[in-house]
Amino acid sequence: MNAETRNWVAIGDLSDIPREGARVVKTGAGCIAVFRTVEDEVFALDDRCPHKGGPLSQGIVHGTSVTCPLHNWVFDLATGLARGADEGSVPVTAARVENGKVLLAADDLARRAR
Amino acid sequence: MTKQKLVIIGNGMAPGRMLEHLFEKDRDAYEVTIFNAEPRVNYNRLMLSPVLSGEKTYEDIITHGDAWYEEHGVTLHKSARVSEIDRIGKTVTSESGVSAPYDKLVIATGSNPFIIPLPGKDLDGVLTYRDLDDVEKMLDAAKRGGRAVVIGGGLLGLEAAAGLKMQGMDVTVLHLMPTLMERQLDPAAGFLLEEEFKRRGIDVRTKANSHEIVDDGTGKVKAIRLDDGTEIEASIVVMAVGIRPSADLAKEMSLDTGRGVLVGDDMRTSDPDIFALGECVEHRGMCYGLVAPLYEMAEVIAENLLGGASEYTGSVTATKLKVTGVDLYSAGDFAEGDDREEIVLRDAAAGVYKRLVLKDNKIIGAVLYGETADGPWFFDLLKKQSDVSEMRETLIFGQAYQGGAPLDPTAAVAALPDDAEICGCNGVCKGKIVGAITEQGLTSLDDVRAHTKASASCGTCTGLVEQLMQVTLGEAYNPAAVTPMCGCTHLGHSDVRRLIKSKGLKTIPQVMQELEWTSSGGCAKCRPALNYYLVSDWPDEYADDYQSRFINERVHANIQKDGTYSVVPRMWGGMTSSTELRAIADVVDKFDIPTVKVTGGQRIDMLGIRKEDLPEVWADLGKAGFVSGHAYAKGLRTVKTCVGSDWCRFGTQDSTGLGVKIEKFMWGSWTPAKVKMAVSGCPRNCAEATCKDVGVICVDSGYEIHFAGAAGLDIKGTEVLGLVKTEEDALEHIVAVTQMYREQGHYLERIYKWAKRIGYDEIRSQIMEDAEKRKAYFDRFVFSQKFAQVDPWSERVSGKDKHEFRPMAVLQAEAAE
Repeated sequence: MNAETRNWVAIGDLSDIPREGARVVKTGAGCIAVFRTVEDEVFALDDRCPHKGGPLSQGIVHGTSVTCPLHNWVFDLATGLARGADEGSVPVTAARVENGKVLLAADDLARRAR
Repeated sequence: MTKQKLVIIGNGMAPGRMLEHLFEKDRDAYEVTIFNAEPRVNYNRLMLSPVLSGEKTYEDIITHGDAWYEEHGVTLHKSARVSEIDRIGKTVTSESGVSAPYDKLVIATGSNPFIIPLPGKDLDGVLTYRDLDDVEKMLDAAKRGGRAVVIGGGLLGLEAAAGLKMQGMDVTVLHLMPTLMERQLDPAAGFLLEEEFKRRGIDVRTKANSHEIVDDGTGKVKAIRLDDGTEIEASIVVMAVGIRPSADLAKEMSLDTGRGVLVGDDMRTSDPDIFALGECVEHRGMCYGLVAPLYEMAEVIAENLLGGASEYTGSVTATKLKVTGVDLYSAGDFAEGDDREEIVLRDAAAGVYKRLVLKDNKIIGAVLYGETADGPWFFDLLKKQSDVSEMRETLIFGQAYQGGAPLDPTAAVAALPDDAEICGCNGVCKGKIVGAITEQGLTSLDDVRAHTKASASCGTCTGLVEQLMQVTLGEAYNPAAVTPMCGCTHLGHSDVRRLIKSKGLKTIPQVMQELEWTSSGGCAKCRPALNYYLVSDWPDEYADDYQSRFINERVHANIQKDGTYSVVPRMWGGMTSSTELRAIADVVDKFDIPTVKVTGGQRIDMLGIRKEDLPEVWADLGKAGFVSGHAYAKGLRTVKTCVGSDWCRFGTQDSTGLGVKIEKFMWGSWTPAKVKMAVSGCPRNCAEATCKDVGVICVDSGYEIHFAGAAGLDIKGTEVLGLVKTEEDALEHIVAVTQMYREQGHYLERIYKWAKRIGYDEIRSQIMEDAEKRKAYFDRFVFSQKFAQVDPWSERVSGKDKHEFRPMAVLQAEAAE
């Protein structure tokens, strides 16, 4: 499915998220961390590190990575894969910006809810 | 010879500066008397905005205290408004009946805020923004809350608006013109500024013409009505639309006046024995409201009072908006014109806008928004009328891009002549080091230190010495000996700190650019380190980058393993009271806090608090007088004390009092790693001061200061720094050694590791034996505290960083379908 035919859910304005920062979106199936990079790209990952459950939304965002605040695991924001020596991955929800609004992919949200 | 008599009317910044110049040139020429309408000593009026926003206090902005007047033999009449000047009898008399004769008179009556003649302008709650009384009235109003309406979107109005917002009020700014600060900014920069203010939650309305201030029926402000009929509810109205020179007194005594008191280039009025100075002056048709021209006038008058023939020929002015987090600089003339060219740089992503206006290859105007570090450099080019055609291509990128200095530090070292001094402490030049390396076959830094003493003292030249080894030994030198800061750079911490200072790097992107970082955006290791180095090196200029701080310092609480937080309020010196304990108990019950624990630093820790609850927890604690205990900070944590001579039969000094004093002086300061202190009242050492970063053992003859202890990963007793006699001395020495560590420590390097690297003797000699150096460290610490001592909890209770504590959205499971 490509971006044009997918359904998207608006969660707020891009300006709600600090650059090189993240905000939390609460859902019935746990929290999602929505990241904004210095280039104004947005990415969304489950707000839960596969290592010890650390809240990734609280980590330091650098380039297109985030470092978990608990034990410094680093994840690629686009793929959710752990970087470096650590092995693991975080579920990704497709995210994009349109007219200043941050949108999450409805089918990814639905998949998480199942 | 008897001294001549100098009388000054007004006690603002300009006459203060003038007296400094006068006394510097000749201490004994004049006997000085000042009449001041305000009931105070001299303070820095430019700093009223930080006082309003709560970032500074009145005491912080005093420039000349009572002691200064006494020391210089100046008679200061406070609350003495001058009502009469007898030019024939040469006497000045105040409303209160004090008079003084003069040989020379300086009128420095300043300016009055312009009051718009609106209906309702005299109502209770209509304020101006001019002096400390105004600020106090605003702070008072802010405590009661509600909405403040600021009329005027110029420099003063915006500073007032930002300050009132930080004090927790709802704020509306009304501005008559289409864009903000239109006298200093072009429309594009004005627009960026407007957006920034709106982003802070300030309601900005341009093209807004006020019609009437509405009475609530009891003589107080209720609302303001605009020409278009809109009514905005208001608990206060601040008029900040401009100033008028205060020339009434001069006019009454028949001196020539226009808009202000007219003066010639020698700053004399139409009476040769009377000078006028400052905002009350009209010179060549100009009245000035900024400080730089007033200072230039002050110097001219000081010169001429001593028989000189100095001339003031007018000033080009530059403006900087003093609102924390908004960087804005403007200078000169920036109107468009056929004979003018402009260079514009826009970087929307970084929020940067820069515009230079050129005429005949010279800069005539500059507007900088978002990044203003080069403001003074552009202004200097403007004032000197420098021809910029040579650097035109790169001019807009600023000073760092001019002159083609080599980026590779090794190449720079290789290019140094043999007699270039590498180690300033021990006077070692390049030739000597290179000679020692080749002749004696040295291969390690320690060898070079042992043989030449280079970098064996303060250590700040270590990077240089290492580069010199690299240049001399080539492949044979193993640069791995220099541990890089992280994977993003080959430079070690010492190199980075040195280059930040020597290249004047003032933002994280600038450091990464100039020092050729290999990653985009750094990593979780280097970003917090760079942020600390910049905070420490440029306390007044660098805007702390919260996104580069670890979560604990970003939200001012400690993250726990389950993602909840712990909160530790400050208990000065470990002292508390029933009221404080009751407040803690109430908070624990109200927010259902699962764990309460007494810490090793004599504090109470509340654990398991949900992030969303933090602001409310802080609000409740704040009501009981608590501020942040910084238990999460790479900064001053705690000063542990014993009860000392207050209670203990063995106590030799007031150890509790000294501990509280140290903590009140040093809280809020950022350091390379956490700093824990203790003060024990006798050598029995109940406060365990001898395993702290800095400790004090009180003895009968004074205070023994210790440093470089550890009781964590490593266990290590402290080293003795030295014995001092008084509490004041103890404080000065403790602050100085901490500042030395702040300036030299590597990020996350505790004091004991730093001290081992630098050498205990070096630290002792700088702090104990070199009084000048010690005082300089002390002064630099005091300066940086001006920007650091803001309680982060109360800031967040008033709404700062709201986004940190609230979810962006809450989605129902069904909504996803």
